[in-house]
Amino acid sequence: MIIKITNFINRVFSKLFGGRKKVRLGFYGPVNAGKTSLANRIAKDWTGEEMGTVSKVPHETREIQIKEHVKIKRDGKELEFNLVDTPGIATKIDFEDFLKFGLKEKEAKKRAKEATKGIIDAIKWLDDVDCVLVVMDGTENPYSQVNITVLGNLDARKIPVLIVANKMDLKRAKLKKIKAAFPQYKVAGVSALKGKGMDDFYQELFELVR
Amino acid sequence: MVTFQFIPYFELQGLESNKKINKLLKLVKEDKILLLEGKLHPEEEAELIRKTMNEISRSFKGVEISSLDYKKEENLIEKLKSTFVNMLIGDRTGISIIGPANVIKEIKRNPNKIELFTKEVRRKR
Repeated sequence: MIIKITNFINRVFSKLFGGRKKVRLGFYGPVNAGKTSLANRIAKDWTGEEMGTVSKVPHETREIQIKEHVKIKRDGKELEFNLVDTPGIATKIDFEDFLKFGLKEKEAKKRAKEATKGIIDAIKWLDDVDCVLVVMDGTENPYSQVNITVLGNLDARKIPVLIVANKMDLKRAKLKKIKAAFPQYKVAGVSALKGKGMDDFYQELFELVR
Repeated sequence: MVTFQFIPYFELQGLESNKKINKLLKLVKEDKILLLEGKLHPEEEAELIRKTMNEISRSFKGVEISSLDYKKEENLIEKLKSTFVNMLIGDRTGISIIGPANVIKEIKRNPNKIELFTKEVRRKR
């Protein structure tokens, strides 16, 4: 509770006096929504380097990954971000699910164990980010409990949020459905893989941080 | 056989978050699907996920959880009224389902309904 209050006060004061130099931008959301793909896209756009590996096998990101000094320019202004890519949050993990992707049993069990730890770390980091991109798979039902729990926790901590509807290059993606599910939030539709919608996304990001 | 257990609001009311979550998790680990009157606080949901991750094992794969809120649009007077009532008797609006992932295959939710699909249990002859 004390940490939360301290973080909240820090956020308010840094906003009031313009003393904030770097913004810790968290990437949160369910597994395989494309958090790392988006973080890679941003890192590549502004530093020329990617920050993590992506895979179709769930729970590819099992540790918090941080990319520092990402300077993003927009309309003559520059903001410096520390990108905090977190493991996808899930309520269940079954090592047998990984076997379907061709992993050996030992490897699958190791992955499952690391994934559980990654989720715990992601939840802990909710207290250490300044603003958050909640990345959702635009082809999936937005009313998942993970989305609701993440948004509820960010709201309780008064952390600014931008929802990013990813995979908008796919025909099944429905931006309107996500907007209808969370009308109180700004939603940016992108394809992190193809780089579509990034210009509008950066605009929304600057408005979020302002 | 699938077991459902209804948890009325008063059964969790007054319990500290930690005790509330431990109680729910204990019941879920007994393969019971819980129907809760009301909803958990978002921070309690996050804590439930955190504790669940610590408990994952070969026999316990985690939980499925979903909650439905049926709060209607209210004007200022109605909002004040419901805030006052909630202060007196607690916020009981909504319903939540929490169950073990090895029993529940999927919980589908849209704005107005929750559908729960259980896993097919193959019985040995």
